[in-house]
Amino acid sequence: MNRLRDKRVLMAVGLVAVLTLTLVLPAISPESATTNMAVFTLMYVGLATAWNIMGGYTGYISLGHAGFFGFGAYALGLLLARLSIAGGYAPFLFVPVAGLLTGLMAAGVGWFALRTRAATFVIVTIAFMFMLQLLAENLTSLTGGGAGLGFPNPPWRGDFFNIPFYYAMLALAVLGLAVSWSIRRSKFGLGLLAIRDDEDKALAVGVPARAFKLTAFVISATLVGMIGSVYGYYVTFIYPQFVVDPLIGISMVLMVFLGGLGTLWGPVLGAVILEPAQLWLAYNYGASRLYLVLYSAVFLLVILLMPRGIIPSVRDLIAERRASAPAARAGAAP
Amino acid sequence: MPCAAIPLFSMPTWGPDVGVLLELKGLVAGYGAGDILLGIDLAVDEESLTCIVGPNGAGKSTVLRVISGLLRPTRGSVRFRGESIAALSPRSILNRGIVHVPQERSLFPTMTVWENVRLGAYTVRDRGLVERRLAAVAETFPVVKERRHELAASLSGGQQKIVEFARAMMLDPLLLILDEPSMGLDPKTRTTVFNTIRTMNDAGHTVLLVEQNARSGLGIASHGVVMESGRIRLEGTGPDVLGNPEIGRLYLGAA
Repeated sequence: MNRLRDKRVLMAVGLVAVLTLTLVLPAISPESATTNMAVFTLMYVGLATAWNIMGGYTGYISLGHAGFFGFGAYALGLLLARLSIAGGYAPFLFVPVAGLLTGLMAAGVGWFALRTRAATFVIVTIAFMFMLQLLAENLTSLTGGGAGLGFPNPPWRGDFFNIPFYYAMLALAVLGLAVSWSIRRSKFGLGLLAIRDDEDKALAVGVPARAFKLTAFVISATLVGMIGSVYGYYVTFIYPQFVVDPLIGISMVLMVFLGGLGTLWGPVLGAVILEPAQLWLAYNYGASRLYLVLYSAVFLLVILLMPRGIIPSVRDLIAERRASAPAARAGAAP
Repeated sequence: MPCAAIPLFSMPTWGPDVGVLLELKGLVAGYGAGDILLGIDLAVDEESLTCIVGPNGAGKSTVLRVISGLLRPTRGSVRFRGESIAALSPRSILNRGIVHVPQERSLFPTMTVWENVRLGAYTVRDRGLVERRLAAVAETFPVVKERRHELAASLSGGQQKIVEFARAMMLDPLLLILDEPSMGLDPKTRTTVFNTIRTMNDAGHTVLLVEQNARSGLGIASHGVVMESGRIRLEGTGPDVLGNPEIGRLYLGAA
């Protein structure tokens, strides 16, 4: 009992320390190369966490989440253009609207996609993403097509430019984690885990599987859409292949698998490891897509060596040590 | 022991339905082309432990499937506390207090023991009630408390069966239906499982049990039923049926 309380206190202290550190990071290291890396890392922390709500808790592997990411970006870009919002802090106020629109679209997509399971669902999500990419390309009167869509220019200069985006991404990552944490502890979350284990048995014990799957899908897509919209504003110019990018969708999946599928902190760990590594490769080896080789190598190693990801594997290792330690001591005693 | 009181090809007659919890009359049911059950009459008394035994293919599991609504009977009636339930969905039958623990393993393998038990009361909205039942179940089934944080898949077959019982008890069932709970268990574990069934029955829960292992099943039963080829062949108290030379010859392999 005491050890449990000690562990909780330790966790809380650690959490506050990490959060404080992330809050003051721009003050410690204000140069834009660092903050830029931090913006992207936080972005992937949020994306992986959001993806995990559907893929990790509910067990429905979506490879089409890049579609929601791009949809969110386009939604915000079009809103700002139509409403003639100037660059500054005001566009951030429309991020929840972009998220809401993405969630609405996800409800429609999910309504159909979630009639399928397992591999079929994966394929349906990929198809959805490419359909969205094609639409963005061809609805030129709305999206500007291949010519792209511009955002209002943020007025910030120099090292400060990244800071508002850093805090926006941080806020969304924390929001995602809070949502993920509360789902994991709720009766809703228990139902999602049951669906992941065996959907028919879940129905048998009274879990309203259809409604729950759809809810998880919409929550996940809404978070991804909001993050996508901030990304669009950050890069200030988007075109279809760039925001509805399959690689963005694959990255979130890989990060979750690396860190630990279905765990709260696994997606965070995966993002913090992979995204800086990817950016480092991009800086040092130019715009070559060398990081893709790294990604596939990581994917192979994860699947071969620890298919459940870092956090569950380490947890098992600790449990094994603990279980064998008293036995070893007992054996040593005369 | 002579059993004049037990009619072969039984057609039992009942008095007024005092104490009868579940009543099947003239039940005919089957899958697709053929009927499996060819006219079953059965009464399950309140707080009884009724055990149905019989050879493979006798229709034992089919009776249970009809009761819990997984199979619609072609003819006949199923009455639970006087109400006809033959046309109800499995969900509404569950809500009336009939919980079915199937033959195959039915836990969620990658969820913890505690989460599995908690899922048993998923349809119960009253949080306080769920907590009280969790506490009671943890008391009755020690394995639930001891291994609460372990994944269900890491438990032995017998332990998993007991956790399934614990999960079923989360709904505080009026009638607990158990389909071959001892299947695939070693003798020692089997004893534990049967003792647990006994304990649940002693606590006031009516149990309807189907068993391939006639000796163990009838040994703890207050009421024994022998089925063969879709009909009831023998009926009586557990010990009476077990002691009947007919069943000894037919199903228990005695010389």
